[in-house]
Amino acid sequence: MFSEGGSFMKGMVMGGLFCLLLSLLGSFHPGTESKTEDHHHHHVKAPSKDELTRLSDSRMQEWSNQVRVSCIIMVQPKVLVYWATALDTWSKHCDKAVFYTSESSKALEAIDLNEKDDWARLRKALTHAYENAGGLQWFFVAQATTFAIIENLKYLVLAKDPSEPFYLGNIMKSGELEYVAYDSGIVLSYEALKRLVHVFQDEDKCPERGRALWKMSEDKQLAVCLKYTGVFAENGEDAHGKGLFNSKGVNSLISESMKNNPNSVVEGCCSDMAVTFNGMSPNEMQVMMFGVYRLRPYGHDFHDSLVFNPPENSDND
Amino acid sequence: RLARSSLLLIPFPPLSVISATQTENAWFTLKHKEENSSADNSPHTTRILCWIMTGPNNLESRTKHIKETWAKRCNKVLYMSSVKTDFPTVELNVSEGRDNLYWKTIRAFQYVHQHHLDQADWFLKADDDTFVVMENLRYILSKYDPEKPLYLGRRFTPFIRQGYMSGGAGYVLSKEALRRFVTGFNTGQCTHFSTLEDMALGKCMETMEVKPADSRDVKGRQTFHPYPPDHYLVRQPPRPRPWYLIYDHYTPVEGPGCCSDFVVSFHYIYPVQQYVLEYLTYHLRPYGYKYRFNPDSEEEFNTTTMST
Repeated sequence: MFSEGGSFMKGMVMGGLFCLLLSLLGSFHPGTESKTEDHHHHHVKAPSKDELTRLSDSRMQEWSNQVRVSCIIMVQPKVLVYWATALDTWSKHCDKAVFYTSESSKALEAIDLNEKDDWARLRKALTHAYENAGGLQWFFVAQATTFAIIENLKYLVLAKDPSEPFYLGNIMKSGELEYVAYDSGIVLSYEALKRLVHVFQDEDKCPERGRALWKMSEDKQLAVCLKYTGVFAENGEDAHGKGLFNSKGVNSLISESMKNNPNSVVEGCCSDMAVTFNGMSPNEMQVMMFGVYRLRPYGHDFHDSLVFNPPENSDND
Repeated sequence: RLARSSLLLIPFPPLSVISATQTENAWFTLKHKEENSSADNSPHTTRILCWIMTGPNNLESRTKHIKETWAKRCNKVLYMSSVKTDFPTVELNVSEGRDNLYWKTIRAFQYVHQHHLDQADWFLKADDDTFVVMENLRYILSKYDPEKPLYLGRRFTPFIRQGYMSGGAGYVLSKEALRRFVTGFNTGQCTHFSTLEDMALGKCMETMEVKPADSRDVKGRQTFHPYPPDHYLVRQPPRPRPWYLIYDHYTPVEGPGCCSDFVVSFHYIYPVQQYVLEYLTYHLRPYGYKYRFNPDSEEEFNTTTMST
């Protein structure tokens, strides 16, 4: 009887250990060392017109010089047309735009990271961008299918100090984890990127080949690593609380708004100061350049507090 | 934990109720609930009466969305149909159908002439799948005299010696041009000789000595477009004219040089695109951007030196 009980006990213990092992492998709770964050800084709002006019001219000049953006654009030869489109359209408005590819293309230049794993490649790109920051304080990570309006990104972060950690975009939630969606663009301040690059060294917290039995998408991995450094995802919004980072294209968003807000389709749709859209075709992106940077009604002037000049050697904006 | 708000350079007061967008929109004519228009009716404004060619089958699917968007910016708008409704539509004594487009046009202009001549200086015809930027139309028209016999649009070359204006892209008649059109039918100088509305109207214009004026901007870029933006703006390698540019009077340009920043119209614009263009024209913008094209500081482009 004792030996039966002994086997039973062994079985129980082994079963229990096995379960424990599985649950350790299968999930992890980063940041359990840290206290639950007070989430009232969850949303990062663009400054309102009122707030900006209170600042002096010299302040505004100082800030318009400070707010420069380094664009990190992740491409692959298999999306060559998107790559070429990004090159010819919105990326011209970045103060610096670097294309990082998984493998070289004869047609277009990029930094070939020679890395097939998406997460490892993103890490390398971010590390490279950090090491070659050249004084730029804001970093914007995009995919080939992202379309961005960099001036509006600058407007969003205008009053934010890049020596503070900021990690902004379109917030998604996966269980307990809040992360910025990749396809609608990820904004990192210099401080956030610095902390990130440092935590990349920590194979426990932020392994290069990812952890868990299944693969987590890169945007979630990023959030996990950043969380370890005390940096949390925040939703980029306009002064009304409308999201500025869109995972869909204008056509889709308008179609949805026609269903949801038939009496105020445009007002119920997207922000006037939207920063990103995703999923637009290359031709649609060319039309967007016209729609954003040229098409307007004569006689409407805005008297913005800052001036951003059009890029050199460009004819479609 | 970092208390971020205390480390911002300027401690912003709690965001007030004043919305940024509203103060920025203060320069616009705002969305009134006025029946016909939100356009400024001061004596210095170019007054435009818009009439939309439509029919009972399209009111819900198309015309409604025009009413929600650009039609509000006409000084006066009329929806021309074969049936009177509470939309409201004007009943023309004409049946529906492609072959009746010119009859509808004739009756529509006659109606406008009879009932609304004094309410506007210019008279725009548009389809229920045209998108129009009224401010840009006013800007183009501001340099022409409505008492002169002229009309504007996207000029086409064939069939008529002086050419004619594309129907789908919309065309606009001066008050004098409208008078002459109506007179032409009263006297039999103009007749319904064809069902091709835009070409036939162009013939009547020629007969009545109404001149086609140049609607391009000071850089020679087109403002009226008979097709959607993607037909023109997408870069193309140098090539012979595609079929949709064959009729153009002025040598067409493909790619970014096709189109003026101050576009007046696009055509084949279905409801989703109506709202998309409304969003792109009147709402979405790049903060602080210094536009390349500033016509008020440009030298006047001498149109007589351009190729014809």
